[in-house]
Amino acid sequence: MRVRLVGMYGAALVIGTWVAAPLLLIALAAFTPRSILYEWPRPLWPHAFSLDTMLFFFRSTGVWASTLNSIVVAGLTIGLVFLIATPTGYALARYRFRGKDAVQLSILVVKMFPATVLSIPLAVAFIRWGLYDTLIGVALVHTALSIPFVTVIVTSVFVGISYELEEAAMTLGSSRLRAFLRVTLPMAVPGLAAAAIFTFVLSWNEVFAATILTLDHRTLPALIVDSVISAGAPLHFRFAGGFFMVMPAVVIILLIRRYLLTLWGVTVR
Amino acid sequence: MTIADTEVLTGAPRARVNWTPYLLVVPTLAFLSVFFIYPMAQAISLAVTDPSTGALTWAHFRRMSSDLYFGQAVRFTLIITAIAIPLQVALGLAIALLVNTRFRGHTMFLYLTALPIGISDLAAGMIWLSILTERGYLNAALQRLGLIEQPVVFLTVERPEWLLAAIILTELWRATAIVMVILLAGLQLIPKDYAETAAVFGAGRWQTARHVILPLLRPSLQTALIIRTILAFQLFATVVTLAGRQIPVLAGETYFWYSLYRSPSVASAYAVLILLLSASITWIYLYVFAPKAGEVRL
Repeated sequence: MRVRLVGMYGAALVIGTWVAAPLLLIALAAFTPRSILYEWPRPLWPHAFSLDTMLFFFRSTGVWASTLNSIVVAGLTIGLVFLIATPTGYALARYRFRGKDAVQLSILVVKMFPATVLSIPLAVAFIRWGLYDTLIGVALVHTALSIPFVTVIVTSVFVGISYELEEAAMTLGSSRLRAFLRVTLPMAVPGLAAAAIFTFVLSWNEVFAATILTLDHRTLPALIVDSVISAGAPLHFRFAGGFFMVMPAVVIILLIRRYLLTLWGVTVR
Repeated sequence: MTIADTEVLTGAPRARVNWTPYLLVVPTLAFLSVFFIYPMAQAISLAVTDPSTGALTWAHFRRMSSDLYFGQAVRFTLIITAIAIPLQVALGLAIALLVNTRFRGHTMFLYLTALPIGISDLAAGMIWLSILTERGYLNAALQRLGLIEQPVVFLTVERPEWLLAAIILTELWRATAIVMVILLAGLQLIPKDYAETAAVFGAGRWQTARHVILPLLRPSLQTALIIRTILAFQLFATVVTLAGRQIPVLAGETYFWYSLYRSPSVASAYAVLILLLSASITWIYLYVFAPKAGEVRL
């Protein structure tokens, strides 16, 4: 018994270190002065810390503008995805209807769909529709990518809220919509917030579509990829950029922890 | 899952169809058809038509396959997929089983190991670059241990196998979390009594895992394999940050043909290839993992 316990904690420690160490190292690199990053012998623990590397990143051309673009795109995506996916999530949670399995299956298929494939034809179409190199264009694609995830979270949120409460409100004379808005929705807020946060990360992290669909109005990942490919961005720019992109992720996982398994669990079998 | 059957609860006449759920689902289905079905059809049409005359042609596929990078891109994509995915599944399963023992502190361990879900392939590439680059942490550690005096150049075109190893390591670090979460969700659906019953009948820990848990975990394993493989065919930013175009991959070539050579048609040919690969691998997984007749399913 004791041997097994030691083995279990040993394994957890090794795996935990494997996941955590690279995150700590990139944070360390981001606050190491540029001169030390290129030193040899390179000290493992820098003998000085500074904001030098991060400031270089923030002062590089386009970083602020593209960070702002990323935030706007994520905001638009969250708005759009809620408008589109909340009713569906509600329907899947509350109604039994013919074709429900087909709807759930198509959502699962979309979750697995290779999104790379969409970017090229959409770029061609967006040029025609006047959406190419616009933030709303990128947000539309990010919305399509996040619909399946938001739908499953929203469904599980509404399943978790007893229908009887909504019914009681209706018995007392409120309409179905009013019952939903006044009774169910307020209780769903924490779960919906988790969905919004996950959508933010999805949009914030998305590289390929944003790179293909923008030219001057880059999102942050698109700007970084572009500066790596066509300008050969220096290492300290890459480290600072990597650290800056990772930061939201760490906070976010803790905020959505209750829905982690819902997000990826098998919904249709 | 409990579902309120409104048609019964509201006492509506059984014969009348309630249209509300259909109305609620329409926006999603409409949006997804515009942003999935239309572009998919468009990709195929771009790949097989001549942009100036509109006539059917194989020229774009011929141009794609005669390109020097094409053979390498196919090979490297398949090699990375074939090595990275078994490793991700093995490690993901190990973590999921470990979490599922509910040892003290297992929730903290779960959140920590799930962290990479929120990290993009681009950021993961940068993180491992800081470790593996010439003046990176790995060389610093090796030098400190007295194993080397001058930095070893790991990421160089002269050692493509090291570049591949770096990409696979990064993918293992980043994408194992998704596999783990899918498998853990599956594990938690398996009732505890199954394993207990097996133990009562004298099955050992390994026997229980092999003959009771794994067969019941099949749907989750299937989902994890399909999702991960399809994502592996789209590998892009990790490769670009660690290896540039020295390790060509399918999604990378799609990007280069679109952005560098300005040929949406050949880029679409690549997109169609990725689509076909994804569809066939899904079909294979569904076929291979199809439950045999008479097998118990949860």
